[in-house]
Amino acid sequence: MLKTLQVLFGAAAVFFLIVPLIAILPLAFTSGAFLTYPMPGISMRWFNELVTADAWRRSIVNSLVIGCGTTMLATVLGTTAALGLRGRVVLGGLFRTMFLLPMVVPAVVLGVGMQILFVRLGVANSYLGVIAAHTVVAIPFVVVSVSGSLEGIDRRVERAALSLGASPFTVLQRVTLPLAMPGIASGAVLAFATSLDEVVLTLFVAGPNQRTLARQMFSTIRENISPAIAAAAFLFIVGTLLAAAAAIVLKKQRQRRTGLA
Amino acid sequence: MSEVSFRQRVGALALVAPLALFIALFFVWPLVTVLKESVSDATVSHALPTMVDAAADWNRQSPPTAAMKAALVTDLRGIEDQQLFGDLVRRLNSAQAGFRTLLPKTRTAVDKSRETTAPEAVDLEEIDKRWSNPAYWQAIAGTLSPFTDQHLLAAVDLSRDGTGAIVALGADESANLTILLRTFWVSALVTLVCLAIGLPYAMLAAAMTGWRRQLLLGAVLLPLWTSLLVRTASWYILLQDNGLVNDALQSLGLTDAPLRLIFNRVGVVIAMAHILLPFMVLPIYSVLITIPKTLMPAAASLGAHPLLAFLRVLLPLSLRGVASGALLVFMAAIGYYITPALIGGAQDQMISSVIAFYATGSANWGMAAALGIVLLAATLLLYMVYGWLSSDKTARA
Repeated sequence: MLKTLQVLFGAAAVFFLIVPLIAILPLAFTSGAFLTYPMPGISMRWFNELVTADAWRRSIVNSLVIGCGTTMLATVLGTTAALGLRGRVVLGGLFRTMFLLPMVVPAVVLGVGMQILFVRLGVANSYLGVIAAHTVVAIPFVVVSVSGSLEGIDRRVERAALSLGASPFTVLQRVTLPLAMPGIASGAVLAFATSLDEVVLTLFVAGPNQRTLARQMFSTIRENISPAIAAAAFLFIVGTLLAAAAAIVLKKQRQRRTGLA
Repeated sequence: MSEVSFRQRVGALALVAPLALFIALFFVWPLVTVLKESVSDATVSHALPTMVDAAADWNRQSPPTAAMKAALVTDLRGIEDQQLFGDLVRRLNSAQAGFRTLLPKTRTAVDKSRETTAPEAVDLEEIDKRWSNPAYWQAIAGTLSPFTDQHLLAAVDLSRDGTGAIVALGADESANLTILLRTFWVSALVTLVCLAIGLPYAMLAAAMTGWRRQLLLGAVLLPLWTSLLVRTASWYILLQDNGLVNDALQSLGLTDAPLRLIFNRVGVVIAMAHILLPFMVLPIYSVLITIPKTLMPAAASLGAHPLLAFLRVLLPLSLRGVASGALLVFMAAIGYYITPALIGGAQDQMISSVIAFYATGSANWGMAAALGIVLLAATLLLYMVYGWLSSDKTARA
């Protein structure tokens, strides 16, 4: 009796969690103009729309440009800071909290502040402004991910290198960074994913020329919903699965390495 | 040795510095800007500089002094910037209706007599007899401070009357309090739904082993990996009038006509609960797997009914995870913007939507910032409780 109930509940809950992710995918291939089942036929017209319609194509390019910019900036800043936070830093706890807070603060509040400030700084409606905004919310993921992998490094390995006459910079370059690479890479993947999915800050700081794919999806759902949404969602999910696969491979790699050490 | 450690510390600080600077510039500064914007009200003091001194010790009860009248004339003659004058008129008119006509009229008159009459000699009451009404002078005096609490008060449906006392706004004047309460109510509903599904789910996942546990955990993690927009769009498709949920209900014969599931509270709660469920399951699960598996059989062997064993053993032990999960879900829910904006109707808009409306729709920065401060304060308070709960856990462990 209890067992049946457990199985039923588990199945229903998994169904509730997974079905909404899957339900949208087939509609990417509909030949109709509406986002409803049953589909009148199979076609690639909505993917075609994504690459030919100016608004969609530009938004995909923008998302890639802004995503790459955010990933580079967040990974460099976050990795450097994580390396610094490893030692005993003055006010280390305060810095750590500050770097994690962007995850907590409601995006709308941050967006209002950025909009007012960016106009004054002259970076409103610019790629620079959007990349800076996205980097702020991507930083926590990089710091957490890199800090995690740095903690897993056996410091005796670095001390051994130092005692054998390697300069601190060589140790960093040849020992620390390679060992931390899985964490850095998964931080970068998370930063890219964060940027790709960011809507609220983009609404506040981006101009019409910086419309990202997520922003374009948001206004399409709001104003004139079309199956192009489903095609874009399909791209998102495929991208996510690839990123997740990459992260899992990297994690396996890390486990194997620490296993060897 | 100490020199080496000093150099290490400086080196570490140098590594942290770039990100600290970046966060200060693009995270802290915007938030400080919001705070400043919510209390700043510099228009009138900027436009009427001599008035600030003249009205400094006016008690707001007696008739306006001659010095104040002269200061007003001087300042009105001094305003060159048309934009500033427009801002001044708008700001004063919002404090006291009538300034929209009174101020331009007065300005034209005092400008005309600029060469012939000294500021002290201008008879304002002759230009417009409204200047004999103390309410107008009170309105000016009330807006002279470069800082104001009017936006923050208005965020919770309060305002100041002519004499400076705090009064409640009428029900038809402002709906911010309603929206604030609605935000908390919807968030509480979402938290409850997440708890009702998440607690048994986490317990099930913790009780299972092998592929079953992997499946249950994977089902929670996969949505976390999926774009928020994709999930919201998916719920849009499922919940619409001819969507899959309504199709299923109708083919099962449960309803004849499609149920209204989208653009209302039901849709918002379902979609938000789905999106936030992982934040409930994962903290509870992480607490549950630390509980020894032998406790429940021990309770049973001592004769406890499974239900009693659950209530007296497993539930109290998992409460810390429940509290963390509930706080996380509630904290995330009160700041939600995208899902209510896309799935909700006009009656389901939460505080974030109102902030976005003030900021992008009507360019009322003061109100957007003040409501933002209220939301920020609520979120940070919840986060502090969350941090206290989780640090307490490590202290005990």
